[in-house]
Amino acid sequence: MDSTVATGSEENVWGGGNKPLGASYGKLMMWFFLVSDALTFSGLLAAYGFSRFKFIETWPIADEVFTHVPFVHGNFPMIYVAFMTLILIISSVTMVLAVDAGHRMKKNAVIWYMFLTIIGGAIFVGSQAWEWATFIKGDFGALETKGGRILQFVNADTGERAAIADFATTIESERVNHEKKNGVWYYEGQALPSYSLNEVIAGVKANSNIQIRTEAIIQEGEGQGEKTLLSREETLTKLNDAVQVVEGANLIQNEYGSRLFADFFFFITGFHGFHVTSGVVINLIIFFNVVLGTYEKRGHYEMVEKVGLYWHFVDLVWVFVFTFFYLV
Amino acid sequence: MSATAHAQVDDHAHDDHGHHHKETFVTKYIFSQDHKMIAKQYLITGVLVMGFIGIAMSLFFRMQIAWPGESFPIFEAILGKWAPDGVMDADMYLALVTMHGTIMVFFVLTAGLSGTFSNLLIPLQIGARDMASGFLNMLSFWMFFVSCVVMVISLFVEAGPAAAGWTIYPPLSALPMAQPGSGMGMTLWLVSMAIFIASSLLGSLNYIVTVINLRTKGMSMTRLPLTIWAFFITAIIGVISFPVLLSAALLLIMDRSFGTSFFLSDIFIQGEVLHYQGGSPVLYEHLFWFLGHPEVYIVLLPALGITSEVMSTNARKPIFGYRAMVASIMAIAFLSTIVWGHHMFISGMNPFLGSVFTFTTLLIAIPSAVKAFNYITTLWKGNLQLNPAMLFSIGLVSTFITGGLTGIILGDSTLDINVHDTYFVVAHFHLVMGISALYGLFAGVYHWFPKLFEGRMMNKNLGYVHFWVTAVCAYGVFFPMHFVGMAGLPRRYYENTAFPMFDEFTDIQVLMTTFALIAGAAQLLFVYNFVRSMFYGKKGPKNPWNSNTLEWTAEVKHIHGNWDGPIPHVHRWAYDYSKVDENGEYIIPGQDFVPQTVPLQEDEEELQH
Repeated sequence: MDSTVATGSEENVWGGGNKPLGASYGKLMMWFFLVSDALTFSGLLAAYGFSRFKFIETWPIADEVFTHVPFVHGNFPMIYVAFMTLILIISSVTMVLAVDAGHRMKKNAVIWYMFLTIIGGAIFVGSQAWEWATFIKGDFGALETKGGRILQFVNADTGERAAIADFATTIESERVNHEKKNGVWYYEGQALPSYSLNEVIAGVKANSNIQIRTEAIIQEGEGQGEKTLLSREETLTKLNDAVQVVEGANLIQNEYGSRLFADFFFFITGFHGFHVTSGVVINLIIFFNVVLGTYEKRGHYEMVEKVGLYWHFVDLVWVFVFTFFYLV
Repeated sequence: MSATAHAQVDDHAHDDHGHHHKETFVTKYIFSQDHKMIAKQYLITGVLVMGFIGIAMSLFFRMQIAWPGESFPIFEAILGKWAPDGVMDADMYLALVTMHGTIMVFFVLTAGLSGTFSNLLIPLQIGARDMASGFLNMLSFWMFFVSCVVMVISLFVEAGPAAAGWTIYPPLSALPMAQPGSGMGMTLWLVSMAIFIASSLLGSLNYIVTVINLRTKGMSMTRLPLTIWAFFITAIIGVISFPVLLSAALLLIMDRSFGTSFFLSDIFIQGEVLHYQGGSPVLYEHLFWFLGHPEVYIVLLPALGITSEVMSTNARKPIFGYRAMVASIMAIAFLSTIVWGHHMFISGMNPFLGSVFTFTTLLIAIPSAVKAFNYITTLWKGNLQLNPAMLFSIGLVSTFITGGLTGIILGDSTLDINVHDTYFVVAHFHLVMGISALYGLFAGVYHWFPKLFEGRMMNKNLGYVHFWVTAVCAYGVFFPMHFVGMAGLPRRYYENTAFPMFDEFTDIQVLMTTFALIAGAAQLLFVYNFVRSMFYGKKGPKNPWNSNTLEWTAEVKHIHGNWDGPIPHVHRWAYDYSKVDENGEYIIPGQDFVPQTVPLQEDEEELQH
């Protein structure tokens, strides 16, 4: 059959009785599956773009959201996510090397490169879990207005963000803890924030150096691209709009700004993380098959190539997710 | 996997297909990996069972529209508590409309039509022993079966099935408390569709790679029958558009169950302020219609492909403009992905975008007209064999043109505003994609019945009755509907008695419903003919329609692998009907068709270009 491909003119390549694209049906299926999956992600990213442009003047600034590195205190915007991305790209490189070793039928090399790929994938998923946990926990805390807008706080002396924990006054009577002696039956309530609204408001009033920063991004002139800072008087007026304290981010609230930012962040990175996780699982299965010598007996390592396609795809998608969420 | 691929390709080399596996009942009739059996499974589950449910629903709500508030014992018997004293409940009316749309569009005309004929015809017409992956093919059918079961179960939940329309726009579909049908019924709808999408993806991947990799020697892309071209392109648009519906469905599930605000904003319900903020239902519409519009062509293209084949065979003439047909299929497929906005002209979308979508939408008229004219010119001076399959094919051309013309009106944003969401739209899409696709389906069933059931033929006379009653009644339903729509009657209303301006349409509504009931009864005739012929149908010759394509060279009895001996090679295109040499003699004396397996004669000119 292959001779037709080698000798034929273009007419013969598509003339039937051969594989016009020089690929097995399994590999073609993987390619078309990836086309399909790419469109799922395109749909999600297009939805993200649609929503972001709707709130283009108030969208959170990624540099202020992703600032942490495990085990280290301080402000390191984008450092950790850059590390994660690097790990994922390196795991793609080791995948290529595994596929290449497979072509040359070097079983041990395939085992080692597959192993490194799996480790890389696992580190990435773990890092993503850490990234989520940090995002959920939040940094400084904020107030939410009755219109659903977020008010953050800045220390006027230093110009740095101020955490509500640093200035909120503690009012004793505010918190009532449920105790068992009050009865065993109770309805599950929402977890209270560390500080109540009144405590935060009292704290702002007591500390004259605290000012409110709104979500609105200054569009032109001085401070372009930064969030709008209210004066002390404006701050005190604005406090009347606040209805609750927000700490961290979840699907319903987001101390960093628009809740859609959090919704899309969780959903899209989650959906991508699900892909990476299933990629790691599939890689593991193939890894054990390689160790058991299944493909050695079969005479070719095409399965490694197929999962490799999937792995590169997951990597490529991350490049887009990374770009849309972190870079632009 | 790859080993099987090699075995498939090497079939020409060693023809040792004698080793038949021992088939048990389960592997032969239930978890079969044979494409012919899977085709029959799709036909019976998708078309007969789901089709029966879908059409029965439409008859029910047509009765409500014609005789609003009337009590019917049959409503009480079947709808139970949804029809107290036999009067249909308004929520049930909406649920029936929703489920009719869902079942007909997805289950009958997407899975039923493509599933049946792609599975049956792709391997047989390209000369392959089976699909590329029989296992995935089986998986695809059984996932479809599960999604059918879930969808049918949703009809029986306490609060009723989904009732937000087949397009399930939020917030109606996103807030469980919005209406009875937004609860469990909606959840099951989404679960069913998620499984359906996975099934459709597996099926489409198989169709695509089978056409690319498993064509027999000589079956070049330009010698493929137009059926295969249609199925191939249909599968590609399925792979491109369904995943976007998946993203929309996933985001909707998040909104429904996990409190996100992707599609919801600023909602009060029963006095309660909901926390959702910032989302946009228009975003959902964009995502949905990016699937929704190609979906129309996923439904229609297979029917057009079947019509091309049936029409050329029964006109005893080559199809007119083969390459133009292929090009227009591809053009339609491409354009279908950039016109979704014409469903959203009055959604609040930017009017400038509306004018862009008007432009791209009207472009579709070009390839569609090419196809319509090619059908007519294929019929021109043909030696027409007016069997039921041919009648339905001609019927398709008629409804395709009638429905297509109103598409030009609806595709134009300025004209659309006047008739948006009226019965005019209902009439348009039922004729152009509903009735047309059903006619293609019927044409396919009548034409390939002998291939499905080992040589048995359907009864021709019952077929004639089926066609003429259906044709008259379909126009009887949908032709007057245009005028009712032009007069402003909105679609989806439970009753219009509160609006005196619509009183004068009551008689027309009764007329349409009467036609619909007769048309429904005619379909029972088809089912009777189908089931009876399955068991007692007359056995016809191996090639009953004197057709050129490869499937008629395969064994009449179903064997795994299709051809007992080697797979035939192909030497010409599929449409050498009534071909003569320079002396005016048929190429094969006394026979007005030249099968694809016959080598070119000396001095014979290849017709196709």
